[in-house]
Amino acid sequence: MQWDIVIGLEIHVQLATKTKIFSGSSTAYGAEPNTQANAVDLAMPGTLPVPNEQAFRYAVMFGLAVNSEIERRSVFERKNYFYPDLPKGYQTTQLERPIVGPGYVDIDLSNGESKRIRIHHAHLEEDAGKSLHEDFHGMTGVDLNRAGTPLIEVVTEPDMTNAEEAVAFAKKLHSLVTSLGICDGDMSQGSMRFDVNISLKPKGSDTLGTRTETKNLNSFRFMEQAIAHEVERQMDILEDGGVIEQETRLYNGDRDESRSMRTKEEANDYRYFPCPDLLPVEIDESFIDDARSRLPELPDARKARFKDQYGLNDYDAGLLSGDATLAAFFEEAVAHGKDAKLTANWIQGEFSARLNAEEKSVADSPITGAQLGNMVTRISDNTISSAGAKKVFDALWTGENDNVDAIIDAKGLKQVSDTGALEQMVDEVLAGMPDQVAQFQAEEDPKKRKKMLGGFMGPLMKVSKGQGNPKLFNEILLKKLGG
Amino acid sequence: MTISRKDIEKVAVLARIRVDEEQVSALEKDLGNILDLVDQLSAADTDSVEPMAHPLNAVQRLRADEVTETDQRASFQAIAPATENGLYLVPRVIE
Repeated sequence: MQWDIVIGLEIHVQLATKTKIFSGSSTAYGAEPNTQANAVDLAMPGTLPVPNEQAFRYAVMFGLAVNSEIERRSVFERKNYFYPDLPKGYQTTQLERPIVGPGYVDIDLSNGESKRIRIHHAHLEEDAGKSLHEDFHGMTGVDLNRAGTPLIEVVTEPDMTNAEEAVAFAKKLHSLVTSLGICDGDMSQGSMRFDVNISLKPKGSDTLGTRTETKNLNSFRFMEQAIAHEVERQMDILEDGGVIEQETRLYNGDRDESRSMRTKEEANDYRYFPCPDLLPVEIDESFIDDARSRLPELPDARKARFKDQYGLNDYDAGLLSGDATLAAFFEEAVAHGKDAKLTANWIQGEFSARLNAEEKSVADSPITGAQLGNMVTRISDNTISSAGAKKVFDALWTGENDNVDAIIDAKGLKQVSDTGALEQMVDEVLAGMPDQVAQFQAEEDPKKRKKMLGGFMGPLMKVSKGQGNPKLFNEILLKKLGG
Repeated sequence: MTISRKDIEKVAVLARIRVDEEQVSALEKDLGNILDLVDQLSAADTDSVEPMAHPLNAVQRLRADEVTETDQRASFQAIAPATENGLYLVPRVIE
């Protein structure tokens, strides 16, 4: 049987405010346990929450960026459940009047098409603390530093039909919130967490099947794997004539396994009600105008500009414009390197490969955009070959030296581009390889000729101690061999 | 409106309150009375009334995003039943 896959996402985005959503405690990551958990965060009797203006500003900026209506009068509800990392016994969240109303995001797919994914709403809420289940004499340790960190939860319509679309949306959202500067986007620290709702229905059917929710995926790769895993699990059950239970599942990416967290029977009944500690929050036009004036260039606009300003193709422009930090790195490099296409190639090639290999983000890069740009300039003006550039790149990366020209001098990477000297070398090499010269001249297949031409390059590089300009060598060779 | 024993038992579980067998009958009556009162209120015509989120006709004041709290972990943990390495310890929770 053929099945249609229906996917909706819920994404928790940690807002990059200095303080918590309802208290003046710091939200800085990595502090000693519970040193950033004050009386409000601990739910001490007699405390009252006071909302953080910046959290509202960020939520409004997000709403504007995803083409949503901003709710002028938003209300907080209590979502009641018991868990030790939730000291109040309820999460303060928004249900009936979320700050961000319906909107949409357009995603680009690998077949070159774009698709509109609708956003149902996005609401403000507080994060919970962390439970540490390592053994503390049979007890659980609780760190409440994260309790009260502001989040927006973004809820999409079930508009995605496969893992590619879901991951494309997730990446686009990541690109949006980091470009807006409202989230640091560091998924390894839980700054963005994805819940995936999946159901299957017979191909073409209008009736949705029962859905499951896979919670707390914190990487794009795990998200893709979790979707594939869950689709297969549901398909197996349905094709054996079984029924899907509505449940929450946890996915273990390291083992590619999932297990049920809770089923509908024992589903939590959250007993939402308006929070009596908080009055409705009114957002006026001037607040929205101010938020709008703070919107930076967004990824779609940046991509269009990269194509226009730097002459990049759609693919390169898409890759370089998505992440705000990478885009800034690229622009700094081009400002120094001039040749945008060559700069783009180096960033997507050597630079990205190094970052990946060392599990670094662009922000942690040991080399600056300016350095990369200076290096590209020396490739474009024929001072160094690309093989020489790799050595320059290495020296910059390891911090051996931070000046491109100084590295070129110190390592003797400067290419010889003096035609007279190069011609002499070519003559010398060709004189030593009469058989190959004869073979080349007898060969008529241009492909084979090209390959044979490469056979002379090795000896030429040897003679020039790797400093001969390969492009010029090639030209001289062709001239001398009558190519 | 009536409330069943099952409802009371469920609410008790959700609220983490232990309710003995003999208390359930009394609660059935008490909660039933409260719900009857709500039913009376429900009879009022509220079509033209906008739902209130809060009894006060006021709007929330917001605070600037500045750190105003200092670390007072030692004082808070002095009154906690169990702590270790800066963590609050609670009976083991397994998901």
